[in-house]
Formats: sequence, structure tokens, C-alpha cells
Amino acid sequence: MTQRWAELSFEDLIGATRFDIHEQAHITVDASVCRDCSTRECVVACPAKLFVPTSDGGILFNYEQCFECGTCYMLCNKEGAITWTYPEGGHGVVFKRT
Amino acid sequence: MADTDTAGQVDVIVVGAGPAGAAAATVLARKGYSVILLERGTFPGSKNMYGGVVYPRILDQLHPEWWNEAPIQRWVTRRSTMVLTDTQALTIDFRSASWGKPPYNGATAYRPDWDHWLAGKAEAEGAQLVCSTTATGLLRDSSGHVVGVTTDRPDGDLHAKVVIACDGVNSFLAKEAGLYGEVDAANYTVGVKQTIALPKEVIDERFAVRDREGVDIEILGGTSGVNGGGFVYTNLDTLAVGVVLKLPKLGAQQLRPEEIIANLKDHPAIAPLVEGGEVKEYSAHVIPEAGLSMMPRMTGDGLLIAGDAAAMCLAAGIWLEGVNFAMASGMYAGEATAEALAKGDPSAEGLAGYERRLNNTFVLRDHRKLRRAPSLVLSDRVQHLYPDMITNTVERMFRVDNPAPKPGLLRVLNQERRRAGVKLKDLARDTIDGLRTFG
Repeated sequence: MTQRWAELSFEDLIGATRFDIHEQAHITVDASVCRDCSTRECVVACPAKLFVPTSDGGILFNYEQCFECGTCYMLCNKEGAITWTYPEGGHGVVFKRT
Repeated sequence: MADTDTAGQVDVIVVGAGPAGAAAATVLARKGYSVILLERGTFPGSKNMYGGVVYPRILDQLHPEWWNEAPIQRWVTRRSTMVLTDTQALTIDFRSASWGKPPYNGATAYRPDWDHWLAGKAEAEGAQLVCSTTATGLLRDSSGHVVGVTTDRPDGDLHAKVVIACDGVNSFLAKEAGLYGEVDAANYTVGVKQTIALPKEVIDERFAVRDREGVDIEILGGTSGVNGGGFVYTNLDTLAVGVVLKLPKLGAQQLRPEEIIANLKDHPAIAPLVEGGEVKEYSAHVIPEAGLSMMPRMTGDGLLIAGDAAAMCLAAGIWLEGVNFAMASGMYAGEATAEALAKGDPSAEGLAGYERRLNNTFVLRDHRKLRRAPSLVLSDRVQHLYPDMITNTVERMFRVDNPAPKPGLLRVLNQERRRAGVKLKDLARDTIDGLRTFG
């Protein structure tokens, strides 16, 4: 049996992790700022793939399956594009106990 | 339970029930101080992720014979350092049977298990653990002294004589307190990991271990050209496989983290280890990678910071540690806070015993000694040129080129150095730098 790991879909991958999603977004993205961004490092770097470029040149953002790691705001070069806090207590990612 | 006085004040609020916070709370509660241990997850450890190995020696002081109860997966009895190129692998493999017996050395453990256990010890000493509550800011008195935290609970302000912020790598409390300068992404890496299930017998066989013996493989190369490193750790019936990636380098190229892990898992030296496994969890966490050079001020009036919040991770190539630095800094923060409270002086001056302890123990002594290591290990030459130079040299050393006679090794090394594009003066400089750092 030869398994090619590249064939594992991202949905299957992130689907293995548990998230207790709060109705209110803990990260907000100012899409108008992103429209002018030439580097868009968040798109490639966010481990949860939460930033997706749209065909009309914008960025679609979803806060729901977020690892709360901080990569996006650290790499964002546009002042004020990403407003980042922790989700409300008791929500967000839940890593598993055995 | 913590006793609160009439003003609803406790002695100490510890923010974050990770290894640093749990250790701080344990020390203080044991000395009889009232402590609230705040945790934003539903249980301690639920937000916490690392590669997978903890070195708990420092716990001998806090919880003697911790190994009888700590929720470990396997004792690390085998440590491998691997250099990967696209088609080659050079491994230095060390085993010690003594690391599989008390008092042990390192262990693989899941952070949700480990942190939950350690915070439970703080609770057992009398600390009051409050979960599902995010500290949203600092409370200060008119002179600017920190006197508590705000939380996201209704009427959630909490008052204390001292706040110990163990709120992790993103520490909003340390930033709010002005202890950090500008955040520079170049000081951080992101660790991305897949937890892959395989039957225990399969792991035992593939990694040549038995019972609770375990393996720690650290990898240079194998990150698809992004500065960083890879790892494979054995848990009881899962493998932790992942990469650590320097943020600006990750952001400046086209491969996503999961693609970089997929490439690592498809490498001819790694694929046979992980084949057939099922991904049980995917996770990520940012790491304060730059050591001493990025450390903030540790103390304010009524405030101490410990663990990742204080950038305590040691990312020194052959030594990759963090939980032990977190636990130790938490312990010392707890001791210094107790000292300050006994004197009735929770000002920065009264809390100065914290930095004194950090300076006099492995916490800052290791960081000072290894202050050059993080930048050396993540440098472009170490990352992109030396792996080829080393593996090609070894390949020619072991390749039989009959009828050609065997070449001299120094000559091969020199040829491969040139072929890899390494200047002799740079190699000499890095060698000296390495010796000064690790020697």
C-alpha cells in the first residue's frame, strides 16, 4: 500500500480537530484593506486556511475553525486589517485529551 | 478554595492554566496564599499544543516522584537527529536504556493531558481553578499598579495583589502592560502538527521500541525549503508528525503548512514510519523562537509574566524545550510573589526576586549561553546549504565507485562544500559560532 499524503483533503484534515464555535467572530478582517494588499501572507501561512482570495480580488475570511495561533496578525503587513482577540471563554478550538 | 476578603480580592490571580500558570499557582497555594487560576479553555490544556516532548526534571522540586502519576505517553529512550534532502537522510541515533527508568529524562505527552494533570495539582493545593473565562485586560490603580484583571464574564472583574500572566505566546496582558516592544514576526515560528493513529505494535516495530519506550526524531531539512525543522515523536498509539516554520519565510513562499507536512510524510525516510496511519487531530501553535533576544521585561508593579508569555521557549536546534522553562519560570514567579506578599510589597521592586531567580537558574543561564543558537539554526546556510553538503559528502563516503579508488574524505567534503555553494570563510565562521554557542 502506498499512501500519498498530499491527497488528504484539507477538509478531512481540519475535520479531525474539535471546535466549539461561538456565534460571535473573535477575529475581524477589514476586507477593504486586504483589497490593496500585495503580499497576502495570511493566505499561505494560516494553518487553518481561514483566508481565501476571491475571484474579484478580495479576501474571504472565516473565523470558525481557528487554532487561535496568531500567525495571521503577526504576518499581516497592513495596519488594522486584522483585529485579533481570543474567542469568548469556553469556545474555539478544543485539543483532545486521551 | 481561595479565600476572598471583603473587597472580593485574592492574593494572586494567575492567568492561564498551562505549565507556567499551574506551577505558579501550586507554589503559592501550597504556601497558603489565596489564588485564582484562570483558564480560557473549558479545561486546562484544551488550547495548548506543542511538538510532543516534555523534560520534567524540574518537577522533582515541585512534585517529587511525579513519574508515578504524570500522564505521559512514552519515555523517550531514543533520540534521533536527522538531516534530510529530497532523496537522502543522515541520522544520528542515540539510545539510552536508563532514560526508560526512574528518574527518567524526557517523555512524550499530550498537552491537554499534561496541563490538565498539572493544574489539578494546583487545585489540590487549594488554588481555585476557573475555566471558560478569558482575561481581557489589566486592572490598575491610580498609580498604575496592576491590581487585577477584567474578564469576559458578566461582572467579571477580579482583584488581586499580584497578577501572574502566563497567558501564552500571544500574551495580550504583557503587551498591554508595555513589557514588549514591537512584535516582530521574525522572532516567531509556527508549529503545525498532525497526530496520526497507528496500532501500538506497529509503532513499536517501526521505531524499534518496546513497552513505554519512545522515540524523538528532530529533523533539519524536510520543510520544503522554508526555514524551520521537522519532527516525528512516538506516543503510545499515535505519532506526532509536524513542522516548525519561520513566519516571514512561510509567508514569502507558496506552499501551505499542510502541504509542507504532506511532503515530509511522503519523504522516503519518513513515509514508511507513518504509512497507513489515520489523522486524529490537526493542530497549530505559534512559538516564541528567538530566545533571549526577544525576551520582554518580566516584571511590572503588581505583575509578573512567565512561560511563553515571557518568550521562554528554548529553540536551540539540538535542544528544543519549552514546557520545562514554563514550569520553572512559573515556580520562580510563585516563589517571588510569595516573598513580595510576605514583605507587603507587590511593586516591581518587591517582585525583583523573580528575575534574580531566573538569572541564577537554568532558565536564563541556558538562554544566555544559547543566545546565538536560534538565529544560527534558522539561518539560510544551516537550512539550505549545509544539508546538501553533509548528505552528499556522506553519500560519496559510503558509495563504492570501483574501479575508481576511494577519495580522501577532506577532499570530498571540500568538493561538496563548493558544490553546495558554501564559502569556506562562511563555513569557518559558522563552525566557530557553533562551537561558541554549544561548546
